[in-house]
Amino acid sequence: MCILGFQKGTRLHLSLARNSRKIWVSGLGKRSVFKINNRDQLRGMALVSPTLIYAILLLAVPLAVIFLFSFWTQDYLTLDRSFTLKNYREAFSDPLYRTLLFRSLWVAGGVTVVTVVLAFPIAYFVSFHVTPKRKSLWLFLITIPFWTSYLIRVFLWKVILGYNGVLNSGLIGLGLVDEPLTFILYNANAVVITLAHAFAPFAILPIFVSLEKIDRSLIEAAQDLGESKYQTFRRVTLPLAVPGIVASCLIVFIPTIGDYVTPRLVGGPNGLMIANMIQVQFLKLNNAPLGATLAVLAMVSVTVIALVFIFLNRKYLRSRS
Amino acid sequence: MTKPLIQLKNVTKNYGDVQALRGIDLTINEGEFFSLLGPSGCGKTTLLRTIAGFEDVSGGTVMISDKDMANVPANKRPTNMVFQSYAIFPHLSVAENVGFGLRKSQMSKVEKNAAVDQALSMVGLDGYGSRAAHALSGGQRQRVALARALILKPKVLLLDEPLSALDKKLREQMQAELRNLQRQVGITFILVTHDQEEALIMSDRIAVMFDGEIAQLADPQTLYRRPNSRQVADFIGVMNFLPATVTSVGDTVTAHVDGLGAVSLSGDQFAKDVQTGTAHVGIRPETMSILQESDTGGANVTAAVVEDRAYYGDMTYYDVRLDGGDHIITISMKNLVDRAVLERGEKTRVAWNARALVLFND
Ligand SMILES: Nc1ncnc2c1ncn2[C@@H]1O[C@H](COP(=O)(O)OP(=O)(O)OP(=O)(O)O)[C@@H](O)[C@H]1O
Ligand SMILES: [Mg+2]
Repeated sequence: MCILGFQKGTRLHLSLARNSRKIWVSGLGKRSVFKINNRDQLRGMALVSPTLIYAILLLAVPLAVIFLFSFWTQDYLTLDRSFTLKNYREAFSDPLYRTLLFRSLWVAGGVTVVTVVLAFPIAYFVSFHVTPKRKSLWLFLITIPFWTSYLIRVFLWKVILGYNGVLNSGLIGLGLVDEPLTFILYNANAVVITLAHAFAPFAILPIFVSLEKIDRSLIEAAQDLGESKYQTFRRVTLPLAVPGIVASCLIVFIPTIGDYVTPRLVGGPNGLMIANMIQVQFLKLNNAPLGATLAVLAMVSVTVIALVFIFLNRKYLRSRS
Repeated sequence: MTKPLIQLKNVTKNYGDVQALRGIDLTINEGEFFSLLGPSGCGKTTLLRTIAGFEDVSGGTVMISDKDMANVPANKRPTNMVFQSYAIFPHLSVAENVGFGLRKSQMSKVEKNAAVDQALSMVGLDGYGSRAAHALSGGQRQRVALARALILKPKVLLLDEPLSALDKKLREQMQAELRNLQRQVGITFILVTHDQEEALIMSDRIAVMFDGEIAQLADPQTLYRRPNSRQVADFIGVMNFLPATVTSVGDTVTAHVDGLGAVSLSGDQFAKDVQTGTAHVGIRPETMSILQESDTGGANVTAAVVEDRAYYGDMTYYDVRLDGGDHIITISMKNLVDRAVLERGEKTRVAWNARALVLFND
């Protein structure tokens, strides 16, 4: 990587000492030493720096600000910058915030379960039953919902699930129900249905990848050793797909906790989640510090749950090896 | 002793337009070490997989122990397979891999563990049970795959090029071990290989396949000494071919061979449908010898000139031109202590034996 050109007839000696971080190039007239490691690191840094700067400016800084805010208090129009735990005390003592946070966790958990359970068969089908030539077409089709905006999709669900919506008129038209179903809109169920649909492709892809990585001769070997299709799935395919399932769970769970558009639009009063309260605190009640506190608490909960999940997965993977 | 175990009758297999198997008739006996030998793409794996039940046949029948296997899925067949990639389950330990097929057996846990230990010791992996599958070398993986299949005591063990991923030394060692193992357990082994030497070393019988068909089925010695076509002869070892003219056909056949003159061949040296006219004879390099001046030679000696030679240490390979012919043939000679290595251009004499010849119809 470091030799660019040298005169004809020049003997080039490259010696790479095993533990040295330097490459000695002699015979170029002047002996030159390249500190390859530092160069590589520099190059690597140069490569990631735009993203890094972007991430620091737009993620780390706001996070730090939120964190700071959570220890301040709002005094009508002025911000009291003295350090206090008052917001945390309030957040823990008022049952409303606890209810909202638990509902967020509960809804996100429900969305995760529904999404991953529905995503698995699709990923399995594409990986195992679609001819290799068609697989990319199928993946392409799976991503089609992304072609419309998230907001439009949420509104469409409103149209589908509403009192006079597509689903209800269809069911009434078929004579299956006498009056419109009300448990499917303006409550947590509607939030779960809508979010599960929105996150389906995110859940399908990691599972698909982990299924694709399974050597097909392992499946045949299990059958050769006397196992039925179902037992082969249980003993070979499913355990080997676990990393993909874990990735899917995290990918769905983490962003759904903080979602506030969907609960706002289809959740009704009983479907509101912690993010809606954060929004209310910031924008309506003009209490940014309390909003910041709730945000910090939500982030901490997500982090703890994600870490426990990853820890369990690690443990599982280690017990395998 | 030779009780048929596997019978294939006119088995065909098509993948779309590709005819992978074209009418295979084959009987494999109990306790036999049987090899399927052939070049890449000739249908060896396909044949093995139809026996294992991973592929449905397009025509014909597969019978194991006189039972038609048409509607018997792979997991219900009395066969077990050692896959080319070994297919060791990466999420299980060595012991769990070996014991994988015992789930449904009536054995107690203690008995199962004992069976696993016994299977592991049979393949020389005592004490490896708790190892992770990915912490094994290629040779060890192969042994695990063997133990995993043999623990179920199948009637037939199918091996798809099990040694091709191993380096030469380990391969030779495993060839001997596999052969010993087969004698020890007495199970029928069907080995797929494209390595003719491996097939010759290990097998009781070998089926040579070309293009979805069995070209010859014979024991190793017959296959090597009396190949039934030029294609088979060419595939197994080295063979010289000389043009010949068949002059009379009967119990024995007489022919005029380029460079060797008139020869008389007996029953096993030609096919039954031999006709007078042009043909070829084949002769193996090691059945001829380069004579030294002091040697008297035998009945058949022909003058020749050394065109080229390659010295291999233990052997020397000569390319010589026989007098009265313009064909160059290869002769291999052991490098004995008192035998000089001839140089290019030297005149010499070649001794040959008419019994070593095989006649191939054109
Ligand atoms: N699933 C398949 N679909 C289409 N054609 C196939 C399939 N499997 C095998 N074939 C074709 O059938 C023929 C025989 O294949 P097979 O795998 O049996 O060869 P082989 O003798 O085992 O070769 P190798 O020594 O390379 O493993 C080949 O022409 C191959 O291309
Ligand atoms: Mg093959």
